[in-house]
Amino acid sequence: MSLTSHHEARSLSGAAADVTTKAARRRSYLGTLRRQPAVLLALVPALTFFCAFWLLPFTRLVAMGMQPDKNSGMIAYWAVVAQPQYLYSLLWTLLVSIGVSLLAVATAGVAGFFLARNRFRGKAMLVAMLTFPLAFPGVVVGFLVIMLGGRQGALAQFSMLLFGERWMFAYSLAGLFVGYLYFSIPRVITTVMAACEKLDVSLEEAARSLGAGTWRVTRDVIVPALSPALISTGAICFATSMGAFGTAFTLGTRMSVLPLSIYSEFTNYANFTMAAALSVTLGVITWIALSFARRLAGGSLGASA
Amino acid sequence: MKRRGLFYCQLGFTVLVCLFMIVPVVMSVLAGLTENYFIGLSSGLTLRWVEEVWRLYSDTIRLSIQLALACLVLTLLLGVPAAYALMKSSRRWANAIEEALLLPVAVPGLATALALLLAYGHHRDFRDSWLFILVGHVLFTLPFMVRPVLSVMRASDMQRLEEAAASLGAGFRQRFLGIVIPNCVSGILAGALMVVTLSVGEFNITWMLHTPLNKTLPVGLADSYASMRLEIGSAYTLLFLLMIVPLLITLQWLGSLVTRRH
Repeated sequence: MSLTSHHEARSLSGAAADVTTKAARRRSYLGTLRRQPAVLLALVPALTFFCAFWLLPFTRLVAMGMQPDKNSGMIAYWAVVAQPQYLYSLLWTLLVSIGVSLLAVATAGVAGFFLARNRFRGKAMLVAMLTFPLAFPGVVVGFLVIMLGGRQGALAQFSMLLFGERWMFAYSLAGLFVGYLYFSIPRVITTVMAACEKLDVSLEEAARSLGAGTWRVTRDVIVPALSPALISTGAICFATSMGAFGTAFTLGTRMSVLPLSIYSEFTNYANFTMAAALSVTLGVITWIALSFARRLAGGSLGASA
Repeated sequence: MKRRGLFYCQLGFTVLVCLFMIVPVVMSVLAGLTENYFIGLSSGLTLRWVEEVWRLYSDTIRLSIQLALACLVLTLLLGVPAAYALMKSSRRWANAIEEALLLPVAVPGLATALALLLAYGHHRDFRDSWLFILVGHVLFTLPFMVRPVLSVMRASDMQRLEEAAASLGAGFRQRFLGIVIPNCVSGILAGALMVVTLSVGEFNITWMLHTPLNKTLPVGLADSYASMRLEIGSAYTLLFLLMIVPLLITLQWLGSLVTRRH
Protein backbone atom coordinates (compact mmCIF):
# COMPACT_ATOMS: atom_id res chain seq x y z
CA MET A 1 0.00 0.00 0.00
CA SER A 2 2.58 2.47 1.08
CA LEU A 3 4.65 1.31 -1.81
CA THR A 4 2.03 2.24 -4.39
CA SER A 5 1.32 5.61 -2.82
CA HIS A 6 5.00 6.30 -2.73
CA HIS A 7 5.19 5.35 -6.35
CA GLU A 8 2.25 7.57 -7.20
CA ALA A 9 3.71 10.46 -5.35
CA ARG A 10 6.95 9.98 -7.25
CA SER A 11 5.25 9.92 -10.61
CA LEU A 12 3.15 12.93 -9.65
CA SER A 13 6.14 14.94 -8.60
CA GLY A 14 7.80 13.68 -11.77
CA ALA A 15 5.00 15.06 -13.88
CA ALA A 16 5.13 18.34 -12.04
CA ALA A 17 8.85 18.50 -12.59
CA ASP A 18 8.27 17.72 -16.24
CA VAL A 19 5.92 20.67 -16.61
CA THR A 20 8.31 23.01 -14.85
CA THR A 21 11.30 21.86 -16.90
CA LYS A 22 9.32 22.35 -20.08
CA ALA A 23 8.43 25.87 -19.05
CA ALA A 24 11.97 26.47 -17.91
CA ARG A 25 13.31 25.15 -21.16
CA ARG A 26 11.06 27.47 -23.14
CA ARG A 27 12.03 30.38 -20.96
CA SER A 28 15.72 29.55 -21.19
CA TYR A 29 15.37 29.12 -24.94
CA LEU A 30 13.92 32.63 -25.19
CA GLY A 31 16.60 33.83 -22.85
CA THR A 32 19.31 32.27 -24.97
CA LEU A 33 17.89 33.90 -28.05
CA ARG A 34 17.87 37.26 -26.38
CA ARG A 35 21.37 36.81 -24.98
CA GLN A 36 22.86 35.28 -28.09
CA PRO A 37 24.64 38.32 -29.63
CA ALA A 38 26.29 39.24 -26.33
CA VAL A 39 27.40 35.67 -25.78
CA LEU A 40 28.86 35.38 -29.25
CA LEU A 41 31.03 38.38 -28.46
CA ALA A 42 32.98 36.09 -26.15
CA LEU A 43 34.08 34.13 -29.18
CA VAL A 44 35.42 37.18 -30.98
CA PRO A 45 38.92 37.33 -29.44
CA ALA A 46 39.68 33.66 -30.06
CA LEU A 47 38.29 33.67 -33.57
CA THR A 48 40.07 36.90 -34.49
CA PHE A 49 43.34 35.46 -33.28
CA PHE A 50 42.71 32.24 -35.17
CA CYS A 51 41.78 33.99 -38.41
CA ALA A 52 44.64 36.47 -38.30
CA PHE A 53 47.39 34.05 -37.38
CA TRP A 54 46.26 30.75 -38.80
CA LEU A 55 43.41 30.91 -41.32
CA LEU A 56 44.77 33.82 -43.35
CA PRO A 57 48.41 32.66 -43.39
CA PHE A 58 47.37 29.11 -44.19
CA THR A 59 45.11 30.25 -47.03
CA ARG A 60 48.09 32.08 -48.47
CA LEU A 61 50.16 28.94 -48.08
CA VAL A 62 47.52 26.98 -50.00
CA ALA A 63 47.50 29.62 -52.73
CA MET A 64 51.26 29.68 -52.88
CA GLY A 65 51.31 25.96 -53.69
CA MET A 66 49.41 26.70 -56.90
CA GLN A 67 52.28 28.71 -58.28
CA PRO A 68 54.80 27.04 -60.58
CA ASP A 69 57.78 25.37 -58.94
CA LYS A 70 60.91 27.25 -59.88
CA ASN A 71 62.92 24.14 -60.79
CA SER A 72 60.49 22.13 -62.88
CA GLY A 73 58.05 24.85 -63.91
CA MET A 74 55.11 22.65 -62.92
CA ILE A 75 52.35 23.74 -60.59
CA ALA A 76 53.86 22.87 -57.20
CA TYR A 77 51.01 20.56 -56.13
CA TRP A 78 51.42 18.65 -59.37
CA ALA A 79 55.16 18.47 -58.83
CA VAL A 80 54.53 16.69 -55.50
CA VAL A 81 53.26 13.65 -57.40
CA ALA A 82 55.07 14.15 -60.71
CA GLN A 83 58.62 14.73 -59.45
CA PRO A 84 60.12 11.43 -58.24
CA GLN A 85 62.08 12.91 -55.35
CA TYR A 86 58.92 14.39 -53.77
CA LEU A 87 56.73 11.42 -54.61
CA TYR A 88 59.23 8.99 -53.07
CA SER A 89 59.48 11.17 -50.01
CA LEU A 90 55.70 11.16 -49.68
CA LEU A 91 55.32 7.41 -50.24
CA TRP A 92 58.23 6.63 -47.95
CA THR A 93 56.72 8.69 -45.15
CA LEU A 94 53.32 7.07 -45.66
CA LEU A 95 54.86 3.61 -45.57
CA VAL A 96 56.92 4.20 -42.42
CA SER A 97 53.97 5.82 -40.64
CA ILE A 98 51.59 3.00 -41.51
CA GLY A 99 54.14 0.40 -40.42
CA VAL A 100 54.78 2.16 -37.13
CA SER A 101 51.06 2.56 -36.41
CA LEU A 102 50.33 -1.11 -37.01
CA LEU A 103 53.21 -2.28 -34.85
CA ALA A 104 52.38 0.22 -32.09
CA VAL A 105 48.72 -0.81 -32.00
CA ALA A 106 49.67 -4.48 -31.90
CA THR A 107 52.28 -4.28 -29.12
CA ALA A 108 50.74 -1.55 -27.01
CA GLY A 109 47.30 -3.03 -27.56
CA VAL A 110 48.37 -6.29 -25.90
CA ALA A 111 50.15 -4.46 -23.08
CA GLY A 112 47.26 -2.02 -22.56
CA PHE A 113 44.68 -4.80 -22.44
CA PHE A 114 46.78 -6.76 -20.00
CA LEU A 115 47.20 -3.73 -17.74
CA ALA A 116 43.50 -2.89 -17.82
CA ARG A 117 42.43 -6.43 -16.95
CA ASN A 118 44.84 -7.53 -14.27
CA ARG A 119 45.60 -6.32 -10.80
CA PHE A 120 49.04 -6.95 -9.35
CA ARG A 121 51.65 -5.27 -7.23
CA GLY A 122 53.62 -2.59 -9.08
CA LYS A 123 50.98 -2.11 -11.75
CA ALA A 124 50.55 1.61 -11.10
CA MET A 125 54.30 2.01 -11.45
CA LEU A 126 54.31 0.11 -14.73
CA VAL A 127 51.45 2.22 -16.11
CA ALA A 128 53.17 5.43 -15.06
CA MET A 129 56.44 4.43 -16.72
CA LEU A 130 54.66 3.43 -19.91
CA THR A 131 52.66 6.62 -20.22
CA PHE A 132 54.82 9.47 -18.98
CA PRO A 133 56.91 9.68 -22.19
CA LEU A 134 53.68 10.89 -23.82
CA ALA A 135 54.73 14.49 -23.34
CA PHE A 136 58.29 14.17 -24.65
CA PRO A 137 58.91 16.41 -27.62
CA GLY A 138 60.19 14.78 -30.81
CA VAL A 139 63.74 16.03 -30.28
CA VAL A 140 64.00 14.27 -26.94
CA VAL A 141 62.64 11.06 -28.45
CA GLY A 142 65.31 11.34 -31.16
CA PHE A 143 67.97 11.68 -28.49
CA LEU A 144 66.63 8.66 -26.60
CA VAL A 145 66.95 6.63 -29.79
CA ILE A 146 70.57 7.74 -29.95
CA MET A 147 70.95 6.53 -26.35
CA LEU A 148 69.64 3.14 -27.49
CA GLY A 149 71.19 2.73 -30.89
CA GLY A 150 73.84 5.41 -31.34
CA ARG A 151 77.63 5.17 -31.29
CA GLN A 152 77.75 4.94 -27.48
CA GLY A 153 74.24 3.53 -27.16
CA ALA A 154 72.97 0.52 -25.23
CA LEU A 155 73.15 -1.79 -28.23
CA ALA A 156 76.67 -0.67 -29.16
CA GLN A 157 77.94 -1.28 -25.62
CA PHE A 158 76.22 -4.64 -25.50
CA SER A 159 77.56 -5.82 -28.85
CA MET A 160 81.03 -4.47 -27.99
CA LEU A 161 81.02 -6.65 -24.90
CA LEU A 162 79.90 -9.76 -26.74
CA PHE A 163 81.30 -9.47 -30.24
CA GLY A 164 83.88 -6.71 -30.07
CA GLU A 165 82.09 -4.44 -32.55
CA ARG A 166 79.69 -1.55 -32.25
CA TRP A 167 76.22 -2.13 -33.63
CA MET A 168 74.24 0.99 -34.46
CA PHE A 169 70.82 1.68 -35.90
CA ALA A 170 69.99 5.20 -34.70
CA TYR A 171 70.91 7.05 -37.87
CA SER A 172 69.15 4.71 -40.31
CA LEU A 173 65.55 3.97 -41.18
CA ALA A 174 65.45 1.58 -38.21
CA GLY A 175 66.27 4.46 -35.88
CA LEU A 176 63.46 6.53 -37.28
CA PHE A 177 61.11 3.57 -36.93
CA VAL A 178 62.12 2.98 -33.31
CA GLY A 179 61.69 6.68 -32.52
CA TYR A 180 58.20 6.83 -34.00
CA LEU A 181 57.32 3.63 -32.16
CA TYR A 182 58.58 5.21 -28.96
CA PHE A 183 56.20 8.14 -29.04
CA SER A 184 53.30 6.05 -30.37
CA ILE A 185 53.26 3.39 -27.64
CA PRO A 186 52.12 5.63 -24.73
CA ARG A 187 49.28 7.03 -26.84
CA VAL A 188 47.97 3.58 -27.71
CA ILE A 189 48.31 2.30 -24.14
CA THR A 190 46.29 5.15 -22.62
CA THR A 191 43.56 4.80 -25.26
CA VAL A 192 43.33 1.02 -25.01
CA MET A 193 43.21 1.09 -21.22
CA ALA A 194 40.39 3.64 -21.31
CA ALA A 195 38.49 1.59 -23.90
CA CYS A 196 38.85 -1.61 -21.85
CA GLU A 197 37.11 0.05 -18.91
CA LYS A 198 34.01 0.41 -21.08
CA LEU A 199 34.02 -3.16 -22.39
CA ASP A 200 30.96 -5.26 -21.64
CA VAL A 201 32.43 -8.16 -19.67
CA SER A 202 29.16 -10.15 -19.86
CA LEU A 203 29.75 -10.70 -23.59
CA GLU A 204 33.04 -12.41 -22.83
CA GLU A 205 31.44 -14.48 -20.10
CA ALA A 206 28.71 -15.52 -22.50
CA ALA A 207 31.27 -16.55 -25.10
CA ARG A 208 33.23 -18.48 -22.50
CA SER A 209 30.13 -20.24 -21.21
CA LEU A 210 29.44 -21.33 -24.79
CA GLY A 211 32.81 -23.01 -24.74
CA ALA A 212 35.03 -20.50 -26.51
CA GLY A 213 38.70 -20.60 -25.53
CA THR A 214 40.85 -17.60 -24.62
CA TRP A 215 42.08 -17.20 -28.17
CA ARG A 216 38.60 -17.43 -29.63
CA VAL A 217 37.20 -14.89 -27.15
CA THR A 218 40.04 -12.52 -27.95
CA ARG A 219 39.54 -12.82 -31.68
CA ASP A 220 35.75 -12.79 -31.83
CA VAL A 221 34.70 -10.68 -28.85
CA ILE A 222 37.45 -8.48 -27.44
CA VAL A 223 39.19 -7.29 -30.59
CA PRO A 224 35.94 -6.41 -32.42
CA ALA A 225 34.69 -4.55 -29.34
CA LEU A 226 37.95 -2.64 -29.05
CA SER A 227 38.34 -2.02 -32.76
CA PRO A 228 36.98 1.56 -32.88
CA ALA A 229 39.50 2.55 -30.20
CA LEU A 230 42.29 0.59 -31.89
CA ILE A 231 41.62 2.08 -35.32
CA SER A 232 41.28 5.61 -33.98
CA THR A 233 44.45 5.46 -31.90
CA GLY A 234 46.21 3.93 -34.90
CA ALA A 235 45.09 6.86 -37.02
CA ILE A 236 46.44 9.28 -34.40
CA CYS A 237 49.80 7.46 -34.38
CA PHE A 238 49.82 7.61 -38.16
CA ALA A 239 49.17 11.36 -38.23
CA THR A 240 51.76 12.01 -35.53
CA SER A 241 54.39 9.97 -37.37
CA MET A 242 53.63 11.69 -40.66
CA GLY A 243 54.28 15.11 -39.16
CA ALA A 244 57.07 14.16 -36.74
CA PHE A 245 59.76 16.67 -37.50
CA GLY A 246 61.73 16.78 -34.26
CA THR A 247 62.66 13.09 -34.14
CA ALA A 248 63.77 12.94 -37.78
CA PHE A 249 65.64 16.21 -37.35
CA THR A 250 67.60 14.99 -34.32
CA LEU A 251 68.49 11.70 -35.97
CA GLY A 252 69.51 13.68 -39.05
CA THR A 253 68.47 10.75 -41.15
CA ARG A 254 69.42 10.66 -44.80
CA MET A 255 66.01 9.08 -45.31
CA SER A 256 64.06 11.94 -46.83
CA VAL A 257 60.83 11.82 -44.85
CA LEU A 258 58.34 14.52 -45.77
CA PRO A 259 58.92 16.92 -42.84
CA LEU A 260 62.66 16.90 -43.55
CA SER A 261 62.02 17.48 -47.26
CA ILE A 262 59.84 20.48 -46.45
CA TYR A 263 62.47 21.83 -44.09
CA SER A 264 65.27 21.51 -46.61
CA GLU A 265 63.20 22.99 -49.47
CA PHE A 266 62.52 25.97 -47.25
CA THR A 267 65.89 26.59 -45.63
CA ASN A 268 68.45 25.10 -48.02
CA TYR A 269 66.90 25.91 -51.40
CA ALA A 270 64.55 28.78 -50.46
CA ASN A 271 62.01 27.05 -52.68
CA PHE A 272 58.95 28.47 -50.93
CA THR A 273 56.33 27.29 -53.41
CA MET A 274 57.49 23.68 -53.14
CA ALA A 275 57.72 23.89 -49.34
CA ALA A 276 54.19 25.29 -49.29
CA ALA A 277 52.78 22.60 -51.57
CA LEU A 278 54.45 19.81 -49.62
CA SER A 279 53.32 21.09 -46.25
CA VAL A 280 49.73 21.61 -47.42
CA THR A 281 49.74 18.03 -48.77
CA LEU A 282 51.10 16.77 -45.46
CA GLY A 283 48.58 18.89 -43.54
CA VAL A 284 45.64 17.53 -45.52
CA ILE A 285 46.76 13.94 -44.91
CA THR A 286 47.20 14.36 -41.15
CA TRP A 287 43.98 16.34 -40.87
CA ILE A 288 41.99 13.60 -42.60
CA ALA A 289 43.56 10.93 -40.40
CA LEU A 290 42.83 12.87 -37.21
CA SER A 291 39.23 13.76 -38.09
CA PHE A 292 38.66 10.12 -38.94
CA ALA A 293 40.08 9.17 -35.54
CA ARG A 294 37.92 11.73 -33.75
CA ARG A 295 34.78 10.60 -35.54
CA LEU A 296 35.47 7.05 -34.36
CA ALA A 297 36.41 7.83 -30.79
CA GLY A 298 34.95 11.27 -30.21
CA GLY A 299 37.57 11.90 -27.57
CA SER A 300 41.17 12.91 -27.35
CA LEU A 301 42.77 15.65 -29.40
CA GLY A 302 45.97 14.02 -30.49
CA ALA A 303 49.09 16.12 -30.14
CA SER A 304 52.07 16.24 -32.43
CA ALA A 305 55.52 15.05 -31.52
CA MET B 1 46.50 -23.38 -14.74
CA LYS B 2 46.89 -22.46 -18.39
CA ARG B 3 45.63 -19.02 -17.48
CA ARG B 4 48.51 -18.50 -15.09
CA GLY B 5 51.00 -19.23 -17.87
CA LEU B 6 49.26 -16.72 -20.10
CA PHE B 7 49.35 -14.13 -17.33
CA TYR B 8 53.12 -14.41 -16.97
CA CYS B 9 53.56 -14.35 -20.73
CA GLN B 10 51.64 -11.10 -20.99
CA LEU B 11 53.34 -9.66 -17.94
CA GLY B 12 56.72 -10.43 -19.45
CA PHE B 13 55.74 -8.81 -22.72
CA THR B 14 54.43 -5.69 -20.95
CA VAL B 15 57.61 -5.43 -18.89
CA LEU B 16 59.64 -5.66 -22.11
CA VAL B 17 57.66 -2.80 -23.65
CA CYS B 18 58.16 -0.86 -20.44
CA LEU B 19 61.92 -1.47 -20.55
CA PHE B 20 61.98 -0.15 -24.10
CA MET B 21 60.34 3.04 -22.85
CA ILE B 22 62.35 3.49 -19.69
CA VAL B 23 65.87 2.20 -20.38
CA PRO B 24 66.87 5.07 -22.69
CA VAL B 25 65.54 7.61 -20.16
CA VAL B 26 67.57 6.06 -17.35
CA MET B 27 70.64 5.87 -19.57
CA SER B 28 70.25 9.50 -20.53
CA VAL B 29 69.91 10.59 -16.90
CA LEU B 30 72.99 8.57 -15.94
CA ALA B 31 74.98 9.92 -18.88
CA GLY B 32 74.20 13.45 -17.76
CA LEU B 33 75.66 12.69 -14.33
CA THR B 34 78.72 10.67 -15.42
CA GLU B 35 82.18 12.18 -15.58
CA ASN B 36 82.99 10.45 -18.86
CA TYR B 37 80.28 8.38 -20.47
CA PHE B 38 82.69 6.78 -22.93
CA ILE B 39 84.54 5.18 -20.03
CA GLY B 40 81.39 4.51 -18.08
CA LEU B 41 80.11 4.94 -14.55
CA SER B 42 83.54 3.95 -13.19
CA SER B 43 84.77 7.44 -14.14
CA GLY B 44 82.60 8.77 -11.32
CA LEU B 45 79.45 10.80 -10.89
CA THR B 46 79.48 14.57 -11.24
CA LEU B 47 77.23 17.61 -11.50
CA ARG B 48 79.80 19.28 -13.75
CA TRP B 49 77.73 18.80 -16.92
CA VAL B 50 74.57 20.14 -15.33
CA GLU B 51 76.50 23.27 -14.32
CA GLU B 52 77.90 23.52 -17.81
CA VAL B 53 74.40 23.32 -19.27
CA TRP B 54 73.22 25.97 -16.86
CA ARG B 55 76.07 28.24 -17.94
CA LEU B 56 75.40 27.69 -21.65
CA TYR B 57 71.66 27.37 -21.82
CA SER B 58 70.00 29.01 -18.81
CA ASP B 59 68.61 31.65 -21.20
CA THR B 60 66.62 29.02 -23.04
CA ILE B 61 65.08 27.77 -19.82
CA ARG B 62 64.14 31.30 -18.82
CA LEU B 63 62.58 32.00 -22.22
CA SER B 64 60.65 28.72 -22.15
CA ILE B 65 59.15 29.54 -18.75
CA GLN B 66 58.32 33.05 -19.89
CA LEU B 67 56.69 31.73 -23.06
CA ALA B 68 54.71 29.07 -21.20
CA LEU B 69 53.34 31.61 -18.72
CA ALA B 70 52.48 34.16 -21.42
CA CYS B 71 50.89 31.39 -23.45
CA LEU B 72 48.87 30.36 -20.41
CA VAL B 73 47.60 33.91 -19.85
CA LEU B 74 46.62 34.30 -23.50
CA THR B 75 44.90 30.91 -23.76
CA LEU B 76 42.97 31.73 -20.58
CA LEU B 77 41.88 35.09 -21.93
CA LEU B 78 40.96 33.71 -25.34
CA GLY B 79 39.91 30.18 -24.45
CA VAL B 80 37.65 30.47 -21.40
CA PRO B 81 35.30 33.07 -22.95
CA ALA B 82 35.34 31.06 -26.17
CA ALA B 83 34.36 27.89 -24.31
CA TYR B 84 31.56 29.83 -22.60
CA ALA B 85 30.22 31.05 -25.94
CA LEU B 86 30.51 27.56 -27.43
CA MET B 87 28.52 26.15 -24.53
CA LYS B 88 25.76 28.68 -25.21
CA SER B 89 25.58 28.19 -28.95
CA SER B 90 24.02 25.25 -30.74
CA ARG B 91 25.92 21.97 -30.87
CA ARG B 92 26.41 22.17 -34.61
CA TRP B 93 28.04 25.57 -34.54
CA ALA B 94 30.05 24.70 -31.49
CA ASN B 95 31.42 21.57 -33.14
CA ALA B 96 32.29 23.41 -36.34
CA ILE B 97 34.14 26.15 -34.47
CA GLU B 98 35.91 23.70 -32.22
CA GLU B 99 36.97 21.75 -35.29
CA ALA B 100 38.36 24.95 -36.80
CA LEU B 101 40.30 25.85 -33.65
CA LEU B 102 41.74 22.34 -33.73
CA LEU B 103 43.26 22.82 -37.19
CA PRO B 104 46.63 24.11 -35.91
CA VAL B 105 46.93 20.88 -33.93
CA ALA B 106 45.75 18.61 -36.75
CA VAL B 107 48.14 20.14 -39.26
CA PRO B 108 51.86 19.53 -38.55
CA GLY B 109 53.59 22.38 -36.74
CA LEU B 110 55.97 22.75 -39.64
CA ALA B 111 53.09 23.81 -41.92
CA THR B 112 51.69 26.27 -39.38
CA ALA B 113 55.12 27.79 -38.85
CA LEU B 114 55.72 28.06 -42.58
CA ALA B 115 52.38 29.81 -43.05
CA LEU B 116 53.22 32.27 -40.25
CA LEU B 117 56.68 32.94 -41.68
CA LEU B 118 55.46 33.57 -45.19
CA ALA B 119 52.64 35.82 -44.00
CA TYR B 120 54.33 37.83 -41.24
CA GLY B 121 58.04 37.17 -41.72
CA HIS B 122 58.65 40.52 -43.38
CA HIS B 123 57.60 42.46 -40.28
CA ARG B 124 61.15 42.40 -38.93
CA ASP B 125 60.45 43.67 -35.42
CA PHE B 126 57.65 41.17 -34.90
CA ARG B 127 59.59 38.34 -36.54
CA ASP B 128 62.64 38.89 -34.35
CA SER B 129 60.80 39.14 -31.05
CA TRP B 130 59.73 36.30 -28.81
CA LEU B 131 56.11 37.29 -29.45
CA PHE B 132 56.34 35.59 -32.84
CA ILE B 133 57.02 32.27 -31.14
CA LEU B 134 54.28 33.04 -28.61
CA VAL B 135 51.72 33.32 -31.44
CA GLY B 136 52.66 29.85 -32.64
CA HIS B 137 52.40 28.41 -29.15
CA VAL B 138 48.97 29.96 -28.52
CA LEU B 139 47.64 28.60 -31.82
CA PHE B 140 48.88 25.16 -30.91
CA THR B 141 47.69 25.09 -27.28
CA LEU B 142 44.37 26.96 -27.46
CA PRO B 143 42.23 23.86 -28.22
CA PHE B 144 43.72 22.12 -25.18
CA MET B 145 42.29 24.91 -23.01
CA VAL B 146 38.91 25.15 -24.75
CA ARG B 147 38.20 21.39 -24.74
CA PRO B 148 38.37 20.59 -20.99
CA VAL B 149 36.73 23.86 -19.95
CA LEU B 150 33.88 23.30 -22.41
CA SER B 151 33.31 19.73 -21.26
CA VAL B 152 33.22 20.72 -17.59
CA MET B 153 30.81 23.56 -18.42
CA ARG B 154 28.54 21.16 -20.28
CA ALA B 155 28.64 18.61 -17.46
CA SER B 156 27.76 21.07 -14.69
CA ASP B 157 24.38 22.34 -15.89
CA MET B 158 25.63 25.89 -16.16
CA GLN B 159 22.42 27.10 -17.79
CA ARG B 160 20.35 26.35 -14.68
CA LEU B 161 22.91 27.82 -12.29
CA GLU B 162 23.20 30.98 -14.31
CA GLU B 163 19.44 31.40 -14.52
CA ALA B 164 19.19 31.04 -10.77
CA ALA B 165 21.82 33.74 -10.34
CA ALA B 166 20.12 35.95 -12.93
CA SER B 167 16.75 35.59 -11.21
CA LEU B 168 18.43 36.79 -8.02
CA GLY B 169 19.53 39.88 -9.87
CA ALA B 170 23.13 39.07 -10.80
CA GLY B 171 24.41 40.89 -13.85
CA PHE B 172 26.49 39.30 -16.56
CA ARG B 173 29.83 40.19 -15.01
CA GLN B 174 28.78 38.93 -11.63
CA ARG B 175 27.46 35.71 -13.15
CA PHE B 176 30.54 35.08 -15.23
CA LEU B 177 33.02 35.70 -12.42
CA GLY B 178 30.90 34.36 -9.55
CA ILE B 179 29.16 31.36 -11.14
CA VAL B 180 30.74 30.34 -14.42
CA ILE B 181 34.42 30.56 -13.55
CA PRO B 182 34.26 28.89 -10.08
CA ASN B 183 32.20 26.04 -11.53
CA CYS B 184 34.71 25.11 -14.17
CA VAL B 185 37.88 25.47 -12.11
CA SER B 186 38.80 21.81 -12.59
CA GLY B 187 38.55 22.20 -16.36
CA ILE B 188 40.59 25.40 -16.30
CA LEU B 189 43.24 23.76 -14.13
CA ALA B 190 43.52 20.70 -16.40
CA GLY B 191 43.68 22.94 -19.46
CA ALA B 192 46.28 25.20 -17.85
CA LEU B 193 48.60 22.30 -16.98
CA MET B 194 48.22 20.88 -20.47
CA VAL B 195 48.96 24.27 -22.06
CA VAL B 196 52.09 24.79 -19.96
CA THR B 197 53.34 21.24 -20.61
CA LEU B 198 52.81 21.51 -24.35
CA SER B 199 54.31 24.97 -24.58
CA VAL B 200 57.46 23.96 -22.69
CA GLY B 201 57.93 20.95 -24.98
CA GLU B 202 56.90 22.49 -28.31
CA PHE B 203 59.57 22.06 -30.96
CA ASN B 204 58.16 21.80 -34.51
CA ILE B 205 56.72 25.31 -34.70
CA THR B 206 59.37 26.88 -32.49
CA TRP B 207 62.33 25.56 -34.46
CA MET B 208 61.10 27.36 -37.57
CA LEU B 209 60.20 30.58 -35.76
CA HIS B 210 63.18 30.96 -33.42
CA THR B 211 66.04 33.39 -33.92
CA PRO B 212 69.58 33.03 -32.54
CA LEU B 213 68.58 35.39 -29.72
CA ASN B 214 65.31 33.67 -28.96
CA LYS B 215 65.95 30.02 -28.24
CA THR B 216 63.56 27.93 -26.18
CA LEU B 217 64.46 24.84 -24.20
CA PRO B 218 63.65 22.27 -26.93
CA VAL B 219 65.49 24.40 -29.50
CA GLY B 220 68.50 24.46 -27.20
CA LEU B 221 68.17 20.71 -26.76
CA ALA B 222 68.31 20.12 -30.52
CA ASP B 223 71.28 22.46 -30.63
CA SER B 224 73.15 20.59 -27.90
CA TYR B 225 72.35 17.17 -29.41
CA ALA B 226 73.85 18.28 -32.70
CA SER B 227 76.96 20.06 -31.49
CA MET B 228 77.82 19.16 -27.88
CA ARG B 229 79.18 16.05 -26.27
CA LEU B 230 76.77 13.36 -25.17
CA GLU B 231 77.10 14.22 -21.48
CA ILE B 232 75.95 17.79 -22.05
CA GLY B 233 72.96 16.73 -24.15
CA SER B 234 72.05 14.25 -21.43
CA ALA B 235 72.41 16.73 -18.60
CA TYR B 236 70.25 19.16 -20.54
CA THR B 237 67.63 16.45 -21.08
CA LEU B 238 67.76 15.80 -17.34
CA LEU B 239 66.93 19.45 -16.64
CA PHE B 240 64.07 19.25 -19.12
CA LEU B 241 62.71 16.15 -17.40
CA LEU B 242 62.94 17.88 -14.03
CA MET B 243 60.73 20.64 -15.43
CA ILE B 244 58.17 18.50 -17.20
CA VAL B 245 57.68 15.47 -14.96
CA PRO B 246 56.13 17.36 -12.02
CA LEU B 247 53.68 18.96 -14.45
CA LEU B 248 52.74 15.55 -15.82
CA ILE B 249 52.30 14.01 -12.39
CA THR B 250 50.00 16.84 -11.33
CA LEU B 251 48.05 16.47 -14.55
CA GLN B 252 47.55 12.75 -14.01
CA TRP B 253 46.60 13.24 -10.38
CA LEU B 254 44.07 15.88 -11.41
CA GLY B 255 42.66 13.57 -14.05
CA SER B 256 42.17 10.73 -11.58
CA LEU B 257 40.60 13.15 -9.12
CA VAL B 258 38.03 14.30 -11.69
CA THR B 259 37.15 10.78 -12.82
CA ARG B 260 36.73 9.66 -9.23
CA ARG B 261 34.31 12.49 -8.57
CA HIS B 262 32.12 11.68 -11.60
